[in-house]
Amino acid sequence: MGMDRRNFLKAASGGTLAASCVPSVQARETRTMPEGAVGLLYDGTLCIGCRACMAACKAENDLPPEFNEIEGSAYWDAPLDLSGRTINIIKAYVGGDSDRKDTLDGYAFTKLSCFHCVDASCVSCCPVAAMTKDPVTGIVSHSKEACIGCRYCVAACPFGVPRFTYDETFPHIAKCQLCRHRMAQGKFAACAEVCPTGATIYGPVKELKKEIARRRALAPGTETEFPRGHIGSGDTHIAPIANYVDHVWGEKEIGGTQVLHLSAVPFDRLDKKPLPDVAPANVSESLQGRIYHGMIAPLAFLGALVFAAKRSAKALGEQGEAGGTDAGDDRKGE
Amino acid sequence: MAGSDAHPAPAPMGGRLITPWTVFLGLLALIAVFFIGKRLIFGIGAVSNINDGYPWGIWMVFDLVIGAALSCGGLAMALMVYIFNKGQYHSLVRPALLASAFGYTLAATSLFFDLGRYWNFWHVFWPRYAQANSVIFELAVCMTAYILVMWIEFTPTVMDKLGMQGLRRKFEKWLYVFIGLGVLLPVMHQSSLGSMLVIFGPQINPLWQTPLLPLLFLISCLAMGYSMVIFEASVTSVGFRRPLERKILGSIGLVLKWFLIAWLIARFADLVWRGALDPAFVPGARSLMFWIENILVAIPLFLLWTPAWRGSPQKLFLAAVAMALQGIIYRINCYYTAYDTGDGWNYFPSLPEVMVSLGFIAMEILAFVIVVRLLPVLPAPEPSPNSAPAS
Ligand code: SF4
Ligand code: SF4
Ligand code: SF4
Repeated sequence: MGMDRRNFLKAASGGTLAASCVPSVQARETRTMPEGAVGLLYDGTLCIGCRACMAACKAENDLPPEFNEIEGSAYWDAPLDLSGRTINIIKAYVGGDSDRKDTLDGYAFTKLSCFHCVDASCVSCCPVAAMTKDPVTGIVSHSKEACIGCRYCVAACPFGVPRFTYDETFPHIAKCQLCRHRMAQGKFAACAEVCPTGATIYGPVKELKKEIARRRALAPGTETEFPRGHIGSGDTHIAPIANYVDHVWGEKEIGGTQVLHLSAVPFDRLDKKPLPDVAPANVSESLQGRIYHGMIAPLAFLGALVFAAKRSAKALGEQGEAGGTDAGDDRKGE
Repeated sequence: MAGSDAHPAPAPMGGRLITPWTVFLGLLALIAVFFIGKRLIFGIGAVSNINDGYPWGIWMVFDLVIGAALSCGGLAMALMVYIFNKGQYHSLVRPALLASAFGYTLAATSLFFDLGRYWNFWHVFWPRYAQANSVIFELAVCMTAYILVMWIEFTPTVMDKLGMQGLRRKFEKWLYVFIGLGVLLPVMHQSSLGSMLVIFGPQINPLWQTPLLPLLFLISCLAMGYSMVIFEASVTSVGFRRPLERKILGSIGLVLKWFLIAWLIARFADLVWRGALDPAFVPGARSLMFWIENILVAIPLFLLWTPAWRGSPQKLFLAAVAMALQGIIYRINCYYTAYDTGDGWNYFPSLPEVMVSLGFIAMEILAFVIVVRLLPVLPAPEPSPNSAPAS
């Protein structure tokens, strides 16, 4: 009798687990970009490294400066990386001994701020919905009021974007929210607004993608008009087309993002290591979904457990009344 | 005398509460309280070395991920006694349950102080905020429920002490539900401690990143649970000068052996299936840690192989320690060794951070000692010629 129940339980538990753990059964649907998604295009070949966007970003988001000492003195806001006080940064990568821009042995610029992922890890992992993706604009926002400060998003974001203020008594997460507070005033991303060369421009992702296709279709060296501020601003300047690498960063990475980068040097040189096309959020949610779908498996398992516990406890009780001498104890009488 | 190892009635240990040992543990606990105070006033950064590259330090990984796994003795024994009807292990349930209850309670407390915005912790349980796709949400709800269930399961012990037999009998009608929950909930959240890493995607080395993480964490926590039962029973027997329940522990050793075999099969079948074994042969810290992890499975498997060896308290104890260590190393590997957060980041716990974790362990042991001295938890010792002397 014991055997039957045991086998049943083994089958029940084993079956649930196997069903829930086998990789690549059906996944949850793949998220797609919202129709009205807005974002940024950063063309590193146009960037002159002036860091005007960083200054504007701090001013518009009320972030304090970060002084880093250079030869014993601190001169200006000079963050070296994103942090709880810096949510947008321009970094230079130096390759070899040449001083030519956008060559492998020269140097190149890159921008790091939130990519506003289509299937964002930070949104999926946040236990209290402090990270949310706007269904219309696709902007990934953070709510300090909701956040419990678990830093799961800091650990999970594949781009290393969300940061935390560890040194504060009442700390918080900091990350770019695409200047959504400025949109309410009819304005757009501050970093794009101030960029003097149009290296960072703002616009609907669809339009940004058209602009990317236009630039990539032109032969390197061709003189062309580049918009400044936002797509369709009418404010343009003329410059030659760079020799782009055949890769738009953010187009496919982690299921696609709303911030897209163009470059003339391979992205892994710019501290952008290759990332898979599949969103880890999708893998994780599919796995959890299979285990906990409608709580059916856990509840069935609980039922089996309670049933077994009742039987065992009864056996224990009888055993107790009989003075502990029966109940198939095959292990006594040394 | 023969049936005695099946069911000696639990009895309070009695004895002195204030000894050099308990004073030492109390001091460790006080130091932890001091640093927690500092953390509350000056922020986490003032006591901990965590940073944006390693946002989870030992309070998360040791106190929660590892601490909860080491506290799986309660689950392991409940599974054996109540679910698989092995009544002869009944005497080990109460102490294992108690150790688990303290372990989990302290893991949760430690996690609370690790939350940067701890004053918002209730958001996890509040429908307006709760986000069910998050593995941390599942963990928080499930672990909190389990802690409650464990303390409820423990109430008959208190009722025994207070002589409330009537109430106890009424209560026991409902105990099955709690016993069932007491197995379901840890099965859920122990696997979630593995699932938590799935969303880290490519940031976790393929030697460790797999959709099988929940299953691996589950098998591993059960193996650790049985190891801890052997470990705690051995230590209790030496510490309180009680006979060791050698026969019973030997059979737990056998169960442990099967879990080790299951572990090895799942772990390597997955690696071969995904074709992810290559990094294991690239010399470096990662492959080294991977092989240490596996050697630590091989050692207890070897020590537990024959019935004669399982009968030896020394070999059993060694196997249990090796296996517990294996579970710890596996979790360190998953959360640190495998974690590639980009160049230029590093993390090593600060002294205050370590002192807080140690302080929590001290509180746990202290509470365990006090409770077993005052309440009927451990089986009453029966001096018998058959009993193995504590070694
Ligand atoms: S880049 Fe990181 S923080 Fe930004 S939306 Fe994607 S996952 Fe979230
Ligand atoms: S730190 Fe805050 S925003 Fe990030 S996952 Fe935790 S609760 Fe969500
Ligand atoms: S969009 Fe706004 S918040 Fe984001 S990087 Fe640009 S200026 Fe900063």
